[in-house]
Amino acid sequence: MKEAVHIGRNPSWEPDLQELVGRVALGDEEAFAAVYDRVVSPVLGVVRSVLRDRAQSEEVAQEVLVEVWRTSPAYRPDRGTAINWILTLAHRRAVDRVRSVQAAAARDHKAAALARTPEYDEVVEQVEARIEREQVRRCLRTLTEIQHQAVTLAYYRGLTYRQVAEALTLPLGTVKTRLRDGLIRLRDCLGVTA
Amino acid sequence: MTTADLHRMTGAYALHALPDDERESFERHLAGCEPCAQETAELAATAARLGLALSAPPRPEMREQVLRRITTVRQQPPGPPDAPRPGRTALRARRLSRWALAACLAAAAALGGTAVWQYERAEDAREQARRAEQGAEEIAAVLAAPDATTRAAALGDGATGAVVVSRDRDRAVFVASGMARPPGGKVYQLWFDDGGAMRSAGLMDPGRADQAVLMEGAVDGASALGITVEPEGGSRRPTSAPVALMELPA
Repeated sequence: MKEAVHIGRNPSWEPDLQELVGRVALGDEEAFAAVYDRVVSPVLGVVRSVLRDRAQSEEVAQEVLVEVWRTSPAYRPDRGTAINWILTLAHRRAVDRVRSVQAAAARDHKAAALARTPEYDEVVEQVEARIEREQVRRCLRTLTEIQHQAVTLAYYRGLTYRQVAEALTLPLGTVKTRLRDGLIRLRDCLGVTA
Repeated sequence: MTTADLHRMTGAYALHALPDDERESFERHLAGCEPCAQETAELAATAARLGLALSAPPRPEMREQVLRRITTVRQQPPGPPDAPRPGRTALRARRLSRWALAACLAAAAALGGTAVWQYERAEDAREQARRAEQGAEEIAAVLAAPDATTRAAALGDGATGAVVVSRDRDRAVFVASGMARPPGGKVYQLWFDDGGAMRSAGLMDPGRADQAVLMEGAVDGASALGITVEPEGGSRRPTSAPVALMELPA
């Protein structure tokens, strides 16, 4: 992608986000505004990475943020950080949208789902060339080429593993395995715990 | 699919890269596989880190739009077991859409409307369902219960019915759509089937083709729901063969 998504200079998962979400859960609209300010850029970044279309992305990002408000009372800090919860939600909603669009397109015989698949190079460029988070970039580099391609197509473009297999002309089983061992390598490199 | 295959799906699942049907099989597997659940949680957290590296500047007006929107959106009650969790959002989404659909039906019924509601209207529908009448509040509570399960059936003549049961709350809601008017002077009466013995669960509004009814009384051990046509005011025992019988969801 040539525009729109760039790498944030100061992604906002400050420790106080969790506390703010706790206040949001009590109906505190001011706290919600503060959460909005901290997360809107990465939320929109994730959604736009998957959807690409600017207007649709904004619509989905808004829905995600409203869902954060609505479901915050059920957020459980012991099950993951607030930013992870919010970005997982953002990715899920973006993927839901892109797949419903693909399903509609397939029904209309307008385009096969894969016609919408970008060259993976674009994705890599988008993530790597402008990445601010040095650690993520460094860790992505530790993946094998296939792991790297599979993980970035799945996450940053929202493809199913079947679409990834088709795009990379790899067997389904290989893609499943690469998505898993690629993420495991990233997890270990980033020191992620859950 | 073999168990070993399912174990390998943790990565694809965490990346939201499974088609719906495979996602569902995997979630069933996850429920009984502690190591998979742990790995899935870790990989979902890893995926979120990939997202954190992205950023796109929003239009400034979006802030005000979102802040305005939330003032009309009621928050869900705290602490249901489907609490958000990386890797669990899929489950939550399914519950939400069921709830949204039921809420839409309930709202349409409560307002006496017959509009076909879009999923996108769910927020509005929920709001209206809440405001409509007190009954709708109780109905909404059942529909929103974390353990609520639904069974839908065609009732003939183009009518459809859905029964939503919350075993925790021990209550059930019957949602009807496109019911024919009962004959003059008659009403539809709802019944719980307690192993063959019919227990009255209240009357439906004869004037509405679409409605959501909070069934009177506890679900208790009832295994099915029956609908009969009864004289106005209802009967103590069914006086006619049921026009519909639906098993309650387990």
